[in-house]
Amino acid sequence: MTETVKVYSRPKTLIDRPWHFCPGCHHGIAHRLCAEVIEEMGLQENTVGVGSVGCGVFSYEYFNFDGIGPSHGRAPAVATGVKRVLPDRLVFTYQGDGDLAAIGTTEMVHAAVRGEKITIVFINNTLYGMTGGQLAPTTLMGQVTTTSPYGREAKQAGYPMRVCEMISTLEGAAYVARVALFNPAQVAKAKKSIRRAFETQMQGIGFSMVEILSACPTNWGMAPLEACKHVENNLTSVYPLGEFKVPEGVK
Amino acid sequence: MAKVSFLEERCKGCGLCIAFCPKNCLALAGHLNTQGYHPATLVDEGSCISCAICARMCPDVVIEVEKEARR
Amino acid sequence: MKNSELLLMKGNEAIGEAAVRGGCRYFFGYPITPQSEVLEYLARRLPEVGGAYVQAESEVSAINMVFGAAAAGARVMTASSSPGISLMQEGISYIASAQLPAVIVNIMRGSPGLGGIQPSQADYFQSTKGGGHGDYRLLVLAPSTVQEMIDHTILAFELAEKYCTPVVVFADGMMGQMMEPVVLPEVEPVPSEKPWATTGMRGRGPNIIHTLHLPPDELEQHCHNLFAKYHQIEANEKRSLAYYTEDAEILVVAYGIVSRVARAAVEQAREAGIKAGLFRPITLWPFPDEALVNVAQKARKVLVVEVSMGQMVEDVRLSINGRLPVEFYGRIGQVPTPGEIFNKISQIIAEVA
Repeated sequence: MTETVKVYSRPKTLIDRPWHFCPGCHHGIAHRLCAEVIEEMGLQENTVGVGSVGCGVFSYEYFNFDGIGPSHGRAPAVATGVKRVLPDRLVFTYQGDGDLAAIGTTEMVHAAVRGEKITIVFINNTLYGMTGGQLAPTTLMGQVTTTSPYGREAKQAGYPMRVCEMISTLEGAAYVARVALFNPAQVAKAKKSIRRAFETQMQGIGFSMVEILSACPTNWGMAPLEACKHVENNLTSVYPLGEFKVPEGVK
Repeated sequence: MAKVSFLEERCKGCGLCIAFCPKNCLALAGHLNTQGYHPATLVDEGSCISCAICARMCPDVVIEVEKEARR
Repeated sequence: MKNSELLLMKGNEAIGEAAVRGGCRYFFGYPITPQSEVLEYLARRLPEVGGAYVQAESEVSAINMVFGAAAAGARVMTASSSPGISLMQEGISYIASAQLPAVIVNIMRGSPGLGGIQPSQADYFQSTKGGGHGDYRLLVLAPSTVQEMIDHTILAFELAEKYCTPVVVFADGMMGQMMEPVVLPEVEPVPSEKPWATTGMRGRGPNIIHTLHLPPDELEQHCHNLFAKYHQIEANEKRSLAYYTEDAEILVVAYGIVSRVARAAVEQAREAGIKAGLFRPITLWPFPDEALVNVAQKARKVLVVEVSMGQMVEDVRLSINGRLPVEFYGRIGQVPTPGEIFNKISQIIAEVA
């Protein structure tokens, strides 16, 4: 006798509706991983997601749990407010590199400084996606964007910002990892990191952050698979993958 | 019964499922869906091992995977 | 908590204690003169009552922490002074649009720019006309004594929750710093039902708090909904006081700290045989326009006194609508003395005589 068993199905933590993301955009994978981990940890009823402005702006329309749409860059401050009132809930932000590494740098850094028991899921695709592919603090040297038409030059726009390296110097930051989604093995690792970050929070250990190197095929002008290769070949050398800080409790 | 099912209208034809399928049993269909994309589809069900790598790479949660298991 | 004995309290500390008595358990702020004692008081007091105080890295962050705590269903407050309130304007627009209850205290100081640390009323436009982007209004309460700072702070929480809107307690550096005898009232705050709060689903569907309305029709409807609420506030919440206005030929209009000085000047004028009266708006938005028109029936001239270059005077002129001449007397960085206002009253009465 045999029976049919589900190997993979849509998590209940995602609302059943189409997404606005472009074909091959890694935001979709990142959304799905967050949703899967929350479902697996049994936290759907106890989660407050805080979105951002940029391609993550519709996250509250996709996640099937409570959600807040904050202003640009301020998600960690909004999450702080929620978490201080509801310390037993899972509170996480979902922010891109424009939102987090430019306009929201202060809020992100000081949430980590305070050891705020929230999680930041940080999508680094080296540019502003939603507004049409402008230069971000994370843009690679020489990378052509709509506002670095001659390629990023140090004398004009400085150097790429390595958020995990910076944040991991802070005592309040308990779990800090950089992951990628360019192949199935990396997706599995990314999911494990998101889980560890959420566990760090739920165990009350401290601040946690997962930076996800993500492909933006549309604004990179690449086919989806080529964009995956670009992450693997050109982003990981500037933004090395790995766990920068792991607390004892989640090892 | 197909081991891999697609929410065809949600597929944007990015091809990540096809590229990372270890058994090369997926392909883009010849027809267009209502969004105007050639949707991914299972073309070689016999080779499919229900590993769900396609679903785990899909950015649009288009794919569900099942397998036959001994009771 | 019972009604207190008569206590001597500083304005800023009185606001802090009033917030606690009004049921506020969360405060997010940033130090700035002349407001810092609100933070200092609550940093000590909130842990005693099981609340939380966070010193934010900026006023920008503080107001967004307020957004988060309000979204989570808490009674929450922030306080700052003029330059810090400017930094909060973005967040205030979002809180107003998201229809979250919150209390914002502005202990105004001289401006523009870094200005000074002396009292001011020059943030009137910012608070009553919408200092942030977009179509929204703030309910603005203007106390004139330390006792009223307490009473208005408690009232602010009630109004914020009644209308799901941010409420401003609008005072100045002199009131923040001065000490007066007060009674701390016994309050039993009734927490309002907040079925919309983002607290985790816990058996219901997802609650979403956001301010993005991309379809134009949806945004238009959202603004109409906001304004339906604002019209309700205009109908219900206009507050003002009038002194010696029954037969007043010259009507002085002043709010906050200046209204106290103006009252002394009006009394001095009465002693000198001048029929002067005082109208004191308590809500700056909604502006008590009908009440002003009513008490101005017999007036021949209106004198508006502010610690600014003239801001509320525009609302007075709109209310009077050309029926009477409206004059203005303002000081910057200092509150005018009763003598100054009396002299101005005498000068005006001589002109109309």
